[in-house]
Amino acid sequence: MKPTPGEYSKMTGKASPPSSFVKDMILAFVCGGAVCTVGQLLCGLYQNAGMSQTAARSTVSVSLIGIVAILTAFNVYDDFAKFAGAGSLVPITGFANAMVSPAIEFKTEGHVMGIGAKMFSIAGPVILYGTFASAVYGLIIWIFRLF
Amino acid sequence: MAKRIGTDTVICETEPQILSAAAIVGKKEGEGPLQEHFDVIHEDTTLCEKSWEKAESRMQSEALSRALDKAMLAPADVQYVFAGDLLNQCIGSAFGLRSTNIPFLGQYGACSTMAQTLAMASLFVEGGIARTAAAVTSSHFCSAERQFRFPLEYGGVRTPTSQWTVTGSGAAVIGHGEDESCPRVCAVTVGRMIDLGVKDANNMGAAMAPAASTTIAAFLNDTGTRPEDYDLILTGDLGYTGSRLLIELLRRENIDIHKNHADCGLLIFDREKQDVKAGGSGCGCAGSVFCSYVMHRLRKKELRNILFVATGAMMSTTSSQQGESIPGIAHLLNIRS
Repeated sequence: MKPTPGEYSKMTGKASPPSSFVKDMILAFVCGGAVCTVGQLLCGLYQNAGMSQTAARSTVSVSLIGIVAILTAFNVYDDFAKFAGAGSLVPITGFANAMVSPAIEFKTEGHVMGIGAKMFSIAGPVILYGTFASAVYGLIIWIFRLF
Repeated sequence: MAKRIGTDTVICETEPQILSAAAIVGKKEGEGPLQEHFDVIHEDTTLCEKSWEKAESRMQSEALSRALDKAMLAPADVQYVFAGDLLNQCIGSAFGLRSTNIPFLGQYGACSTMAQTLAMASLFVEGGIARTAAAVTSSHFCSAERQFRFPLEYGGVRTPTSQWTVTGSGAAVIGHGEDESCPRVCAVTVGRMIDLGVKDANNMGAAMAPAASTTIAAFLNDTGTRPEDYDLILTGDLGYTGSRLLIELLRRENIDIHKNHADCGLLIFDREKQDVKAGGSGCGCAGSVFCSYVMHRLRKKELRNILFVATGAMMSTTSSQQGESIPGIAHLLNIRS
């Protein structure tokens, strides 16, 4: 007797090994938190060096992006990401990796259609919907301030 | 001449021989359990080429050239080459074999390509259309990743059901020779596309298992044979999840293959040590395992009567993004030694 698609979906669920949910969540929490702690430490260092809080925060983002770009180029970041899971994806480091990795990968297709176009293939949606979300957020703030 | 029996099976009465075969693989495959069987293990998976696609093409050309050398044939002795791979428009095959000057028929059967090309080459020889024909296929982890998934350095996480595309190529030469030790293709069953609604591109084993079970059941039914009549029922690359499902699906039809079933995706890697999740996949998986380990065992008569069933998931990134489910396919060859 051949199974129906519904029955087969249940069979597939049973036969497929599950992700280790608890372990993945703990690793993501700890590693993501560690990345943010590094950011906070850098922020403190920059402020101690005489930067304003606003300038220090922006410099932290630039520093983390720079560090991850270098780690991606040296084949290190993907190993960290394999271990950290979403902990490497959620902070700004994930964004940096998503920009740099296609740039490295698609250099064989040339500077324009390779690096130039493909660089945004993963991060493009983040940029688009990030910008869109900030516009919506701005609009909501503006409406609240009317009253 | 070939004779059709039952619904799907063709018996090759002249029993075309697999005159020779060769398998070329990459570093990770060379570190796996089958390392001693491969003809060449490339420690540098770029093969000193400028792109992954060029590296894959070169593996195909090396595999065919090795197989021809073993059979002591020149490219001019081959009337047709059937070849395919996973890359868009099958460029791995086209560019790898363009300099051979052998009449070329490109094939696309996803990971079932080794069985598809072997079936085509055998039927052409059986039908007298070719005296000698070649079957070639390949896949490369890096070229497949950039086409189907993400750039290599992207920090994505693999799911436990995902499979690792094998960097490897297999080539076999089919004809009628005088060497009695050459395995013979005795029957071919071309599979039907079966789709039970699996949409997860990271669970291809599950998408392909129903096709494998349908083809195996059709062959056994057409020939009136039972699983225990065969030394080995070797599926292409169902991996861990797909293999479990295949055994379960056939059990529902009162066919028990668990004693003599093996899967190329589980043979080529040590799943735990090499961190390949559910096992190997890609055209080069069934291709390199069949053209090395299985051919050696057939030639040594350790295996005398086998079913080789390579499986493919007929999807693309476009069909997945558009929410289509994944049709599976499986082609079967009965090979005796």
